[in-house]
Amino acid sequence: MSASVAAAQPSPLQIDALAKRFGQVTAVDGITLELRSGECLGLLGPNGAGKSTLIRSIVGRVIPDAGAISVFGAPADSAAARNVLGWIPQELALYPRLTCYENLYAFGRYHGLGGRALDDEIEWCLRWATLTDRASHLVNTLSGGMKRRLNMAAGLIHHPKLVLMDEPTVGVDPQSRNHIFEMIEKLRGEGMSIIYTTHYMEEAERLCDRVAIVDHGKIIALGTNAELVQNAFGSRSQVLARFAGADNRVTTWVTQHGGQAVDGAAQFTIEHPTEIAGLLEDSAKAGLELLDVSLHKPNLESVFLHLTGRELRD
Amino acid sequence: MMISAIVRTALVSLRRDRGALALSFILPVTFFSIFAVIFGGQRSGMPKISVLVVDEDHSKISERLTEGLKHEGSLVINTRPVPAKGVEQPEYTAATAEAAVKEGKAPVAIVIPHGFGENPISFGPANGDRPTITLLEDSSDMIAPQVVSGLLQKIAMTSMPDVMAEQGSKYFDQFAGGLTREQRDSLNDGIRFLRERHESGADASDSGNGGIVAVTSRAVLGGSKHDMVSFYAAAIGVMFLLFTASGAAGALLDEAESGTLDRVLSSRITMTTLMLGKLVYNAFLAFLQLVVMFLWGWAVFKLDFWSHIPGFVVMGVFTAFAVASFGLLLASICKTRAQLGALSTLVILVMSSIGGSMFPRYFMSETMQKAGLFTINAWAIDGFTKIFWRNEPISHLWPQVAVLTAIGVVLFAIARRVARRWEYA
Repeated sequence: MSASVAAAQPSPLQIDALAKRFGQVTAVDGITLELRSGECLGLLGPNGAGKSTLIRSIVGRVIPDAGAISVFGAPADSAAARNVLGWIPQELALYPRLTCYENLYAFGRYHGLGGRALDDEIEWCLRWATLTDRASHLVNTLSGGMKRRLNMAAGLIHHPKLVLMDEPTVGVDPQSRNHIFEMIEKLRGEGMSIIYTTHYMEEAERLCDRVAIVDHGKIIALGTNAELVQNAFGSRSQVLARFAGADNRVTTWVTQHGGQAVDGAAQFTIEHPTEIAGLLEDSAKAGLELLDVSLHKPNLESVFLHLTGRELRD
Repeated sequence: MMISAIVRTALVSLRRDRGALALSFILPVTFFSIFAVIFGGQRSGMPKISVLVVDEDHSKISERLTEGLKHEGSLVINTRPVPAKGVEQPEYTAATAEAAVKEGKAPVAIVIPHGFGENPISFGPANGDRPTITLLEDSSDMIAPQVVSGLLQKIAMTSMPDVMAEQGSKYFDQFAGGLTREQRDSLNDGIRFLRERHESGADASDSGNGGIVAVTSRAVLGGSKHDMVSFYAAAIGVMFLLFTASGAAGALLDEAESGTLDRVLSSRITMTTLMLGKLVYNAFLAFLQLVVMFLWGWAVFKLDFWSHIPGFVVMGVFTAFAVASFGLLLASICKTRAQLGALSTLVILVMSSIGGSMFPRYFMSETMQKAGLFTINAWAIDGFTKIFWRNEPISHLWPQVAVLTAIGVVLFAIARRVARRWEYA
């Protein structure tokens, strides 16, 4: 493929100044975003940040008040967009009294598939979700992790080019979560473009090429993991110190020294590790009894805290 | 203390569950009111019985009897069909009156035969030479023929007192004159006859000797209790069809709640396609229920199912369509399964009671009968009765088919409109 042809291809997803209000609540507040071909873009933010509304707008289930969305150049909710768009909703959107096979068959038919093509897709989906041996099992007899995997497979039955995953690991145990990560990594290997919403920092760090941090319906930072950390902290590190009897004295002391109290611990951002000694000396002078101290590089959670003053899971 | 805590918790839960609250209080009051109106003797609203009178005799006596019937407040007497396009129709004959009863235009026709005026009053055993009034009955109406039969005797007494006296003296001369041996034998024969009849338990109205005027009743259609099974199959069937349809349509609510509906609508399926799919499924289910119901009627209650298949299919399909639309409308109005349960119970039981599923509509006042016409039950039951009871041709089902189709289309259109709330946020 020549460079000029590649350049002419529309982006998998282009969102311009999207806004949506529900009554007095602004769920999405002027979001502009472009997804690159073959990219996995994470939407990271706490519950209620507007991630799901954004996803539902892309999939045509929410009509925005303002702004535009195009999927491979076609308007969202157009037939062309539906054909290339796969949506994995947060809820287990399955027919509980149907088997795995029957669920995939139903959603395949809803997407216009039939005959051999549908059989092939069902087989691929079952294999991808490692549910081949459960094909004839009823959904309501599956474990939570299996249901999640089938929920994902049902969104991919028509082999979309762009997949929207809305917190696909909600309520899943760590082992099943790893299983799901491997499934997503397989999709990435096939070159699918993915939007992945989560409020788990470690998921975004592991799976996503770029991360958009969403809060109060806005994208407050966008970039690769390294870029976000670099932009927020530069070369600085973070120190976390715990003191006995976490009380108001700790909070007052932390605030006086330009740090933040997080879960009763003191958190400081420092340029050089040598600054730790000064902080510990000051705490001793203030009569605080140190329990432990640690130094670590900032991560996405730190970036979110830095940008919003709140933790991701608030 | 613990008991009061349990009571309080239950009361708070009930208050928050509006569906259950409605069922607890509104439903009994509604039903009480409906039954009170139907059976509570609201005299002004009691239905008048439509009666066709065929006067083959055209004597003064027969005309007086007809006039007497016309003055009876609880009867509406017609001697000829209503004018068609302003043109007066000829008087009913025995044949046209019988046809009219078969078509359900009136539950009973009275045929006054030739020669009735010469010998109107009868006592003692029937014999072949005395003219007998014939009652042509539609026995699907269990009330009207009985009422008319009784009223006929009363009117004969009140509208022809002179005839009574004259005939009475004639009978007295005949039976009580000199009390000769023959007369005593004759009187004894009469008494023995009456006693034997009484002891045999025969129906007085059938033999024409139960009253002043000789009357013979004849059911012009149906006539066996097996045929009434078709009425109950339709009446009870439609009520349960409505329940099943609303329950099946409730799958929409489950799908909306689980997010499956969102996923389906994000595929190529539109809301209209989805609802049409549900409509077809619900209608199929309803039709299947009717088939099972009537097959059971055939197998267990000797319902004549197989010779009415075409009519059954027509009525079954259109009833199923209307019922399926009704279910979809209820489901699309409600926000939760609990709401749907409460609303459907309320609406379906009310519809079934005034629509004739619980008791025949001829029990009801005219106002209630008219109200019944707003229900699916009434039209469906009327249609099935036409087929199984009156043996009418399929072409006669057009009013029922038209109304059920209209109900189905309108309810579906409203349901589709209401379902827009699921389409987009």
